Amino acid sequence: MADFLLSPPLLLMLGSVVLAAAPRNVLPRTALRALLLALPVYSLWRFWGLDFGDYAQFELFGQTLTLVRIDPLSRIFVVIFHLAALIGSVYSFYVKDNFQPLVGVFYAGSALGVVLAGDLWTLFLFWEVAAVSSALLVWVRRSGRAAGAGLRYLGMQMVSGVLLLAGIVLLRHETGAAPGWAEFRNLTGFLEDGGLGFSNLAATLIFLAFGLKAAFPLLHSWLIDAYPESTPAGAVFLSAFTTKFAIYALARAFPGQSELIWIGALMTAFPIFFAVIENDLRRVLAYSMTNQLGFMVVGIGIGTELAINGAVAHAFADILFKGLLFMAMGAVLYRVGHVNGSDLGGLYKSMPITTGFCIIGAASISAFPLFSAFATKSLIMSAAVYKEYFWLWLVLLFASAGVFHHAGIKIPFFAFFHHDSGIRCKEAPRSMLVAMVLAAAASMGIGLLPLAEMWFGLANPFYELLPYQVHYEAYTTTHVITQSQLLFFSALAFATLMRTGLYPPELRSVNLDADWFYRRVGYRVWDGVATAFVALHRTGYAVAGRLATAALASAQRHLGPQGLLGRSWLTASMALWVAVLLAAYLLVFYWRLP
Amino acid sequence: MAHHDHGKHGGKSYWLDRKGNVAKVFYALIAVDVLWLAADFFYKKKAEFEAWGGWADGGFGFYPVYGFVGAFLLVLAAKQMRRVLMRSEDYYERRGGSSST
Repeated sequence: MADFLLSPPLLLMLGSVVLAAAPRNVLPRTALRALLLALPVYSLWRFWGLDFGDYAQFELFGQTLTLVRIDPLSRIFVVIFHLAALIGSVYSFYVKDNFQPLVGVFYAGSALGVVLAGDLWTLFLFWEVAAVSSALLVWVRRSGRAAGAGLRYLGMQMVSGVLLLAGIVLLRHETGAAPGWAEFRNLTGFLEDGGLGFSNLAATLIFLAFGLKAAFPLLHSWLIDAYPESTPAGAVFLSAFTTKFAIYALARAFPGQSELIWIGALMTAFPIFFAVIENDLRRVLAYSMTNQLGFMVVGIGIGTELAINGAVAHAFADILFKGLLFMAMGAVLYRVGHVNGSDLGGLYKSMPITTGFCIIGAASISAFPLFSAFATKSLIMSAAVYKEYFWLWLVLLFASAGVFHHAGIKIPFFAFFHHDSGIRCKEAPRSMLVAMVLAAAASMGIGLLPLAEMWFGLANPFYELLPYQVHYEAYTTTHVITQSQLLFFSALAFATLMRTGLYPPELRSVNLDADWFYRRVGYRVWDGVATAFVALHRTGYAVAGRLATAALASAQRHLGPQGLLGRSWLTASMALWVAVLLAAYLLVFYWRLP
Repeated sequence: MAHHDHGKHGGKSYWLDRKGNVAKVFYALIAVDVLWLAADFFYKKKAEFEAWGGWADGGFGFYPVYGFVGAFLLVLAAKQMRRVLMRSEDYYERRGGSSST
């Protein structure tokens, strides 16, 4: 029983429920917070003591399900999800209400359930719990826009869940067994030709279910739509889990799928165009998240040990630096009330510490030497080079220059520098700063560890945590120089565009994206269908009404008090008519008698 | 000047508030870029790809040119996208927009 209750997913989920249910007079706020932080710490400590293998198995409807399967791929995700739960909780203590960290830790627990699931049924269960609990983190903003965005978000998550369920049921039907991960790839057999080919419907459905949560192109707009509508803390939690366990699921089920290479390449490239013209700086981060997920998807598509390592390492790093950037922008949102690039500027004067952390996050996502992505994204780039994917490599290089442009420069520049907007506010609250310290330190740590390994021969615990043992040197002369050249000249392009006035100004606006198809076209179609039905209903009602009125009037005319059949008659006239009738009988009988 | 009004914060005036200093940052960036470009003289790099006569990846100034041109065109292209994609801020909230708000 302890195996179940103390497994990472259930420990975090049940723990947060118990804490939420505890009455305030029994458990004061500070004690609750201490216990809440202790949950991921204890869970990670306990997890660290376990060896690779299956735990907490149970029988359900004649199938053996596995709640916890630890292997090198799931292990690294378990570690980072615990860290993300911890950092997110600390960050969210800026509000007195503990709702957000409680939901956040619960959501983290469901994400742990996904990455630890030993079979697809268990995966599906946590897949859905994560969808619902994360929607709460959008709604917690309690604004009209958040309500709508949360509903659309939940809808799309449910689509993913339905696709997954359909895929699993089909797979179950085809194979007659509860598909575990190991069996999954053998059963579907789609890996033989190195491509999915979309010949196996079950595998295709599952592929799309994962792809939706990994923000594949055209399936991505729920992320752009919903995350920026959440609260500062909500967005930090949201940015960590759903997309990353989708990356895990793809890496688990579809490594080396050639389709993923081009899907991923598209994901790295197209969002950066949107990011350049987007005004809401947290929405810029959402676009940049799609872009970073693209790198991971490419890595999974390439499928070599180096590439998978790169995808997973980059997911780990992204949770930290993207979290850091969301935290910095969340601090601005909390202090200023909005994060519109058009109305910000000069905040480095009011929020110097936040500015510093934002720059660390920006340098990390841009893959500057000494920062995390330099030691993670480069694995994917190298894997592309080794497989001699020239055009892919060019696209990734362009996307690398582009990510520096929008996330590395645009975010810090328009929020904290640019022209002075005149906004004067307080520095971020202490809880936010502490969380940012943690994320910034971890981001720099990942970037510095390979250097420590090279210079001092220290072990690199981060690389050792990766699923495959691959030796990789991030800090070669060539890599440092070429990457710096790329980034500094990208910066020069930005500076030149700014000084020449060619750079498009930040404007209060929204830009149409794929969600337009269901928010506008879909809505219009729905509206049209609904209007048609209403019209049909009204016409039918009117016709029926008119018929009824006519029938009523006719009944009134004939049966009413003045009607022929309804009015009262004189006795004399009755006697007369009876006499007439009798006379008629007489005549008839007279003629009829033989 | 607007900059002058906002240039003080708690009686403090900031280095970046002076226009000339922003220019200094720009020139410093150019100087740094020249140094990074010059680095291509001092080390030999093996080209990983044969495409483009080996210039891609291995040639002189490939990364600087690619980074600059790529970022430059990215912004100009995105600017043009606005013509098609940009709508007013309340686009989805107006009548006929999203019903769920």
